[in-house]
This record gives sequence, structure tokens and C-alpha cells, in this order.
Amino acid sequence: MATQLEPEARESADVFREEARQFIADKFPQELKGKGLSMAGAEGREKETPAQKSWREAMGERGWGTPTWPKEYGGGGLSRKQAAILDEELARAGAYNPIGGMGVMMFGPTLLEYGSEAQKQEHIPPICRGEIRWCQGYSEPNAGSDLANLQTMAEDKGDHYLVNGQKTWTSGGQWADKCFAIVRTDRSDKHKGISFLLIDMDSPGVEVRPITMISGTSPFCETFFTDVKVPKENLVGEEGQGWTIGKRLLQHERTNLSGAAPGGRGGGSLADIAKKYGKVNADGTLADPVLRDRIADFEIRWTSFLHTARRAVEESKAQGGVSEISSALKKLGTKLGQERAEMTIEIMGLQGLGWEGDNFSPVELQGVRGWLYGKATTIYGGSTEIQNNVIAKRVLGMLDHQ
Amino acid sequence: MAVLNEEQEMLRDMAREWATNESPVTEFRKVRASGAPEAFDRDAYGTMAEMGWAGIIIPEEHGGSDFGFLSAGLVVEELGKTLTASPLIATTLAASAIMLGGSDEQKAKWLPKLASGEAIATLAVDEGPHHDPAEIATSVSGGKLTGTKGFVAEAHGADLFVVAAKDGLYLVEKGDGVTLTTRRLTDQRSHADIAFDGAAAEKLENGGDTLLDDVLDRARVLTAAEMLGMAQIVFDTTLDYLKQRVQFNQVLSSFQALQHRMADLFADLAQMRSAVEAGLQAVDSGVGASRAAIVAKAEANRVLHTMSNEGIQLHGGIGMTDEYDIGLYLKRARVLEPAWGATGYLKNRFATLGGY
Repeated sequence: MATQLEPEARESADVFREEARQFIADKFPQELKGKGLSMAGAEGREKETPAQKSWREAMGERGWGTPTWPKEYGGGGLSRKQAAILDEELARAGAYNPIGGMGVMMFGPTLLEYGSEAQKQEHIPPICRGEIRWCQGYSEPNAGSDLANLQTMAEDKGDHYLVNGQKTWTSGGQWADKCFAIVRTDRSDKHKGISFLLIDMDSPGVEVRPITMISGTSPFCETFFTDVKVPKENLVGEEGQGWTIGKRLLQHERTNLSGAAPGGRGGGSLADIAKKYGKVNADGTLADPVLRDRIADFEIRWTSFLHTARRAVEESKAQGGVSEISSALKKLGTKLGQERAEMTIEIMGLQGLGWEGDNFSPVELQGVRGWLYGKATTIYGGSTEIQNNVIAKRVLGMLDHQ
Repeated sequence: MAVLNEEQEMLRDMAREWATNESPVTEFRKVRASGAPEAFDRDAYGTMAEMGWAGIIIPEEHGGSDFGFLSAGLVVEELGKTLTASPLIATTLAASAIMLGGSDEQKAKWLPKLASGEAIATLAVDEGPHHDPAEIATSVSGGKLTGTKGFVAEAHGADLFVVAAKDGLYLVEKGDGVTLTTRRLTDQRSHADIAFDGAAAEKLENGGDTLLDDVLDRARVLTAAEMLGMAQIVFDTTLDYLKQRVQFNQVLSSFQALQHRMADLFADLAQMRSAVEAGLQAVDSGVGASRAAIVAKAEANRVLHTMSNEGIQLHGGIGMTDEYDIGLYLKRARVLEPAWGATGYLKNRFATLGGY
């Protein structure tokens, strides 16, 4: 098989594994074991414990929070194979990657592709060290699925742009240091009038209002820009190139979102939950045959989704470009995530619908919030309907009415 | 498509070229029109064996190429695309049973013949219309096997049957004590009930308690590979048709209601391909093969079922005609769905393996 390693490659993989294992043993604070990435990544360093800080700094210094990014900008410079080994070793040690957020998932890869040398030098290293939190200024009240309809205006004032308008669904906007935004620099052309701009969130004229969602949390904000001055050097690419760059970023977003449907991950497998909350036969099988059938049905489709996600990565790597099945990952993964969350609360009965209180376990409460929040996954990052349009037009070549 | 090595790519390309040029659906139509219960072209099968396809999983010492199930699946998928009727899958599965459970003598006697195409073999497991390997009544006493098997695929051409009895798998050659009754199914391939009446039987002594399960894993993934080829062609053909058919002065592919249905089918097909390839690879690696084989067949059942129905509907009236190929895929699909486990059976087994 082509995927099997040659002896030399296997030896160098073993050497790297030992290096990773040693680093984790030296630097990972044992008190964080099994805790995973808390909200510290998004909510910022104000809530960071000393142990979390030391782990973030250790990983950031090594560049291993962004393992495959170039070393010259603070990344780890690792091969994909080494990055996979690092993941395995982190998991083995009960550790986690403390460097995350939109800077890592979306903005960094895009800036590495389209940014000027000066922009990369300025913005990438702080992302690798987990020091700067980025938010996404894309959607507007009248620009959701029709994103190119955005109206936030960046007016050319010689050495700077003057930005006026409103963004919405700004994830983590209340905690962000900076915003990557698509704005209008030309009203005469819907797509070519869009530019990609980097805005400091502490600039005068930026106002952020968290939006309370059905889940009771406020992960998204409205962001208002009133006469905000943005230096010209914060333009990424050329004026008018924003739609192209912005869409590229969405590809990174969709790949990252596909497996990220939250809700109900806690509490073990659906079968474990069903055993805990329902009746079990003497032989250990679930007493409800219909539920048992539905769980197996779900798990089979979930297994083939995991195979599909893995195949998309392998194919993209082998082809040196994005595999066409990547376009299906977001709609598949988010739908399955929602289905799982629905089944979780159903299996728990009313015990699985608690809003608050000591008479619900944390897993139960998180299940409810996650189920509700998970409804966003098929809407944001390009709704399922938009994904269907993308698949039909770009992959299948089905063109609109002529 | 799984990332393939050079040998596998060559094998797939060769199979694709041969199936497209030498064995298009018109060849299956000829077989069907002949009405012969054997329902395959002996010359075509001889050519397939000459190209090494009957020996893909068989070790080199017994005349095969030892490429494994992923490679066998690539060929089977291409043949599924053109509905090529042949005992290739049946023979491959019988060979796998002999490889797993046979003695050195049994291997030396049968594997070279199966690899060369000189002999044809098939599995005879189920005794009725449903896959139910836990309910086998066939028994052996003093080397004589007695029982009835139902709907055995490729039975008419078979020189050798790998028969499941209560206490294990047996080799039975065609001849005395073996009586076939043709069961003509909607796919118009070879199927027969077989009455074994004291037929001479030789046990496959090796392979342990899991021999039958291991063979069934292989049956599931290879059948799923044929179904994958069929689903791919139904999808491609339907997409082409939507791009050509004009109504309301527009090609049908420009209607969003149809675009979104095709996007759903595209995503389903991606799932099916991933599951089938993972199943074939799991059989080759031996890691988690039983579960992977269930996922492969269950996904193949689910997706091909939907695909074959949508294929007819999206073609409209022309899809209902015998002249058009799409209906042939629907009929073959339904025969393959219950083979080695309908979806309900597979889900039950998946849950059992998962401990719930």
C-alpha cells in the first residue's frame, strides 16, 4: 500500500514522537489533564489560570499550536505526518492544543496565502502564540446567505479608510482584539466592490453588543462601526479582491465546521446514554428495540462520515488541491451533529431538557444548551441551502436559468 | 476514491476500459435475452480470468496476484457500473473461504483452478429469502451433506459450492446429490434453490469459530463494491440527463429543486464510497473488519436504494422504459440489498457488536 511508511520515514517518525512525548512530559501541567480547551481560548486571557497560561506559552513558543504553519512566522514547521503524531501524543497524555480560535482556523491560513510580507510578519506570530483573538466581520443584517450584498462602507481618505456600517453574528466579538472584515470600497460593482480589511477592535467608533441566543448564551455580537479610521496598510490584497479572499477563508471555515456540531458530546456514546437513562435487558442490550435500531442507524452513518472526512483530507493531500467531496462535509457533519443532539435529549426524556438548577447534571444542562446552539451550525458558515447551491453549481456543473 | 498505489490504479483503469468497451450494458442485455439460467457469458468470464481478476485475492503460490480486497473491489466496482453479469464475486468469496478455512490440500486443489477461471465456485449460506446465518438446518453426517439452500447466486455455473452447515463450512462439488431449481429474480441473473441430498462434503477445518463470519464480512464488502459502481453510474447518468432534458425552455439542471436533490445524492454517494472503501481496507488490514463490513453494506443499501429510486423519478417517463438502462440498475439494486444482510439485519448486528 502506498500509505505504508518506508523504514527511514518510520524511523524519523519515531524520533519525532519521542521529541513530542518529552516536550509534553516537561511542559504540560498535570492539573490540566483531561480538561481540554476551556473557553479561555475565546474568552481571553482574563480568565486564564497560571497553568493554562504556562501551557499556552510553551506550545506557542514552540509553534506547535499551529504545527504545520511556516517556522519563519512562528509556526511549528511540521509535516502533516508529524502534526498527526503530535495530536496522538497530546491525546495520549490527556493534553490539548491551547492555541485556537478564528485566527488559527480561518484568518491565519488565508493571510499566509494573500497577505503581504509585512502583514504576515505582524499578524501571524501573535496568532501562533495565542496572544491575539480575531473575530470575523462578514454577515450584516441584510447580507446573510446573500453575503455580497454587504453595505459596510470603507471610504478612501488618502492614508486611511473611514469605515461606517454594521456587522452581525460576530462570533466572540466582545472578546476580540482584531477583526478581519469584508467591506465595500466601491458601490458600483457588487462583487468587485468588496475589499478585505483588518480592523482594531479598540479603535474609536467600534461598538460591540452581544446577542442573547435561544441557548441563553451570547457567542455572537452585533458590531457597529461609526467613522472608524483604518490605516491603508491593513488592506489585504488589492482593493476589490475582498470577495475572492473572503471566499477562500470560508473554505477554511467550512472544513473546520464540518465536524464541529456541538451539543451532546458529553455523556459518552448514544448507547451509553440510552443504557443510563433507559431500560436494559439482562443480556446488556437495550430494552427498546426501536431506539436500539435508531442508534445503530445513526452510528453507521456517523462512522461513514468520519471515513468521508478522513478521505477528504487524504485526497486533498494527494491531489495538492481541495477534494471535491470537501464541499459535502459541512452539510453532512452538521446535520449528523444535530441529529445526535436531538437523540440525546430524547433519550433522557424531560431530564434532558433542564435549563438550570442543581437537579440536573452538567452533562444534561450542556446537552440542552448544545442542542439549541447546534441549530446554528446548519445556518452559519454558509447554510445547508447555500452548500447545496455550491455543490450543484461548482462541483456538478448545474447552471442556473439562462 | 481512496488514494491508490500504481498497481491499483492500473488495475482499475484496465477494468474500466474493458467494462466500457467490451462489456457495456448491451452485453448484459444479450445475456438476459438468451434466457439461459446460467446468465453470464463464458467467453467474457474467461477473458476476465486471463486478465487475473479471478485471482486478485488469491496468493501467488496458488496462481493469484495477492492484491487483496481493495483491489478486488476496484474491479468489481467497474463491472457493477456496466451491470456485467459474471461469477467473479461468487468465485472470489468461495476462494476466500478456502483461503481462510481450507487445508493445504484443499487450497492446492481449488485455488489455482479458481484463479485461472477453470473452475467457478459460489457460497451457499442462507436457506430462505432472508439472510439468516444463525438459522442453518443443513447438516453433515459421515461426510454426506443434507439440506436446502435458497436463492444461491451464480449457482448454475458453479463447479463447487462452499456450503454452510450447522457445524461449519463444507466444500461440495456439483454432481450426485446436488439438485438445482432455478429462481428467476427481477435482476434476471443466476439464482437457484439447491437441494443437497447426501452430497459428498469435505469440511473446511481451519479458520476457527469465526470462519463463517469472516467470510460474510468479505461477502458484504465485495457486494457493496458492486453496488457502489451501480450507484455511481445511476448518479452520473441522471446528472447528464438533467443537463440535457429541456422543459419550460430551460434544461432541468437549472431548477434549484432538482439541484438540491442532486447535491443530497452527491453527499450520500460520498458517504457510500467512503464506507465501502473503508470496509475493503479493513478486510485487508484485519482491523475492525466486522464492523467496517457492516457499515459498508448498510451504507451501500441505504444510498443505492435512494439513488435507484431518485434515478427513475428524475428521469421521468423515459426512466420507466425497458429500453433505458436506469431500470436495470433499480432491479439489480433490490436483489443485492438483502444479500448478506438487509439493513435491519445489519443494524441489529452492529448494535450487538457494539454491546447494546
